Amino acid sequence: MRWLAAPLLALMLLSATPSLSVQPDEILADPALEARARGISAGLRCLVCRNENIDESNAGLARDLRLLVRERLVAGDSDDAVVAYVVDRYGEYVLLNPTTSGANLILWIAGPAALLVGLGGAALYLRRRQNAPEAGVAPLSDDEAKRLAEILKS
Amino acid sequence: MIAEIGHFTLVLALALALVQSVIPLVGARMRWASWMAVGPVAATLQFVCLAISFAALTHAFVTSDFSLRLVYENSNTLKPMLYKVTGVWGNHEGSMLLWVLILALFGASAAWFGGALPDQLRARVLAVQGSIGVAFIAFILFTSNPFLRLAQPPFDGRDLNPLLQDPGLAFHPPFLYLGYVGLSMAFSFAVAALIEGRVDAAWARWVRPWTLAAWMFLTVGIALGSWWAYYELGWGGFWFWDPVENASFMPWLLATALLHSAVVVEKREALKSWTVLLAILAFAFSLIGTFIVRSGVITSVHAFANDPERGIFILAILAVFVGGALTLYAARAPAMEAKGVFGIVSRETALVLNNVLLAVAAFVVFVGTIWPLVAELAFGRKLSVGAPFFEAAFTPFFVLLALILPLGAMIPWKRARPGRALRSLLPAALLAFALAALAWAVGTGRPILAPVGVALGGWLLGGAALDLWQRSGGQMSRIARLPRADWGRAAAHGGLGITFIGIALMMAWNVEDIRIAKLGESFTVGGYQVTLDSVEEVEGPNFLSTRAKITMTREGGETVVLHPEKRIYPVAAMPTTEAAIDNGIFRDLYVVIGDPQEGGGWAVRTYIKPFANWIWAGCIIMALGGLLSLSDRRYRVAAGARSAAPPPAAQPAE
Repeated sequence: MRWLAAPLLALMLLSATPSLSVQPDEILADPALEARARGISAGLRCLVCRNENIDESNAGLARDLRLLVRERLVAGDSDDAVVAYVVDRYGEYVLLNPTTSGANLILWIAGPAALLVGLGGAALYLRRRQNAPEAGVAPLSDDEAKRLAEILKS
Repeated sequence: MIAEIGHFTLVLALALALVQSVIPLVGARMRWASWMAVGPVAATLQFVCLAISFAALTHAFVTSDFSLRLVYENSNTLKPMLYKVTGVWGNHEGSMLLWVLILALFGASAAWFGGALPDQLRARVLAVQGSIGVAFIAFILFTSNPFLRLAQPPFDGRDLNPLLQDPGLAFHPPFLYLGYVGLSMAFSFAVAALIEGRVDAAWARWVRPWTLAAWMFLTVGIALGSWWAYYELGWGGFWFWDPVENASFMPWLLATALLHSAVVVEKREALKSWTVLLAILAFAFSLIGTFIVRSGVITSVHAFANDPERGIFILAILAVFVGGALTLYAARAPAMEAKGVFGIVSRETALVLNNVLLAVAAFVVFVGTIWPLVAELAFGRKLSVGAPFFEAAFTPFFVLLALILPLGAMIPWKRARPGRALRSLLPAALLAFALAALAWAVGTGRPILAPVGVALGGWLLGGAALDLWQRSGGQMSRIARLPRADWGRAAAHGGLGITFIGIALMMAWNVEDIRIAKLGESFTVGGYQVTLDSVEEVEGPNFLSTRAKITMTREGGETVVLHPEKRIYPVAAMPTTEAAIDNGIFRDLYVVIGDPQEGGGWAVRTYIKPFANWIWAGCIIMALGGLLSLSDRRYRVAAGARSAAPPPAAQPAE
């Protein structure tokens, strides 16, 4: 183990593996602009990662995208323009918040629609329960009658 | 040799599971007591066989037997003993073995503690449980055999993924599986009841403890996973809406709904067919979760080595069990008439609303999770559905749920006057309002999430306290003597409130600082003086570490010394960040050491996470609430007395 330590440490220090998400050198001097960059980054997916946004990802590509976002912001783009710029180049896949266009409408409407259906069903059920006649007590089955007799005997 | 014994008992367990799934079922149909009596014996033996099999695999890991392919791929001689043991389930094959072991444990528990069940019901429950066992043991043997040997054993293994070498994650899978698989009991009871064609209060009383136990384990398992993500991933996130997290969250939501609807069946003999459906769906979502994790259809941070063959096998299991159960349901459910009659304003109604909201919330999570797949297959669009969608689409349902919860917990069954319950909840509303005002004042200009979350949390906590107060008739001396189920309910609801407060405040008031810090230099973060004192290289058992010493001093107050690390595991060739955290009731101090910078200094990230621990404390309190309910007298009495008594008759409504 020890013989491994020195070269490995050297490797670690030299290669400076990106092991953190946002790096100090990426941060913009203007706090307002930086805050916008963070907000945009949180909504963009790191393409080589599994379900991570670029703000949290350690991958090299995520860093490139973070720098790109900041570059566009410094160039004076609005937030929407920055996102559109990235989507143009990488496709819809980068958006963690899916758009409401086309078939995606189904995705967005699914929840409220399910709630309406659920509430409608519940309302029907409750009305029926409210007006239902009081069910009589079911007579005992043979087994149950036998069992009851046993219990009463003991 | 020992591995072969494990392999052999695994095959034996498959045979026993087959026996268990057929003989008692036939016995129950024909009313042959001797055939029905096979069930408990087979369930016990199956469990013993699987336990031997699991022990054999554990032995291989502990002794680093690299002639087993699985051990070679997932272990290493230098790994600490704890992680050699937990490495058994840190991989696909071993975790499936644990899965079936727990499945058999639940089956055997039904055999051991199910003495009070009617013979036929018990035989059918065991048969259904056995058939699930058949499917999954066959899955292991045919697609994921952990006992395969290597012709030429290598000298050392490839080591376990370093991220999994952590106490939080070591115990996350067993709890999660106890929860997932525990729901199989609810499923087995539901299918048995459908076969029998009878669901009554007694059935609900038998199902509820199993569901409660599964729900508790699931709660703890999810909390452990979330806590691990918080301290291990290096920036303090606790929930990512990752497909696999969603896969564990959907069964949790449905199990929560099931717990509440089973109460209605037990007390009021209503919502029967819905409860049976929920029991089927809850386990169906456990299976869907298993499918998602192990098939690789949906990419996720958790995915095990994926294999389409395994995916198809699990899909087939899913289709047979869920399809079969739902067909049976369609045929039999209409026969299950409700008995209880109740007014629109009643606890029944509140619980129906609870179920609607929880089921819809689970549905939203489900749609969001599979949407990328659907969009690609049906519309040719490659897209992502991430945290922003779930936060927007899911949160409203939980806000509504929290709003009606205290009311629902306090209004009486059958028929209630809403005004009275609202008046008795006035103190909780005042508490919620006061807390929100306080949060508003403290966090002026920060997200509105904080006051809203705190208000809901306060409403839930106040509601839980008032619930106990009202139930005791306003006498302190009687509060302690309330049934444990009452305490359990209050604890679970209060725990949810605590989690609400934690999530809202941590997300809204998080303070973050990322900078290059030079040795000995100080900087200020949110009222703390932060100093990077030193950075040194340290050697661990199977890793190398860059370890920093960082001092945080509050102006005129406490001083905290933290040691964040950056590790590299040479065998797995993987770096990890080990954040240093000072846990507190009102805040966590969270520091991470990064890379050395050109021109001196180190990247350092400092976070102040307010109320972070409330998130998991709330989850643990919820789980403890479940435990309290589980230990309630009526279950102990019910378990003790052998009763096949008819269900209590429905009370006339007024």
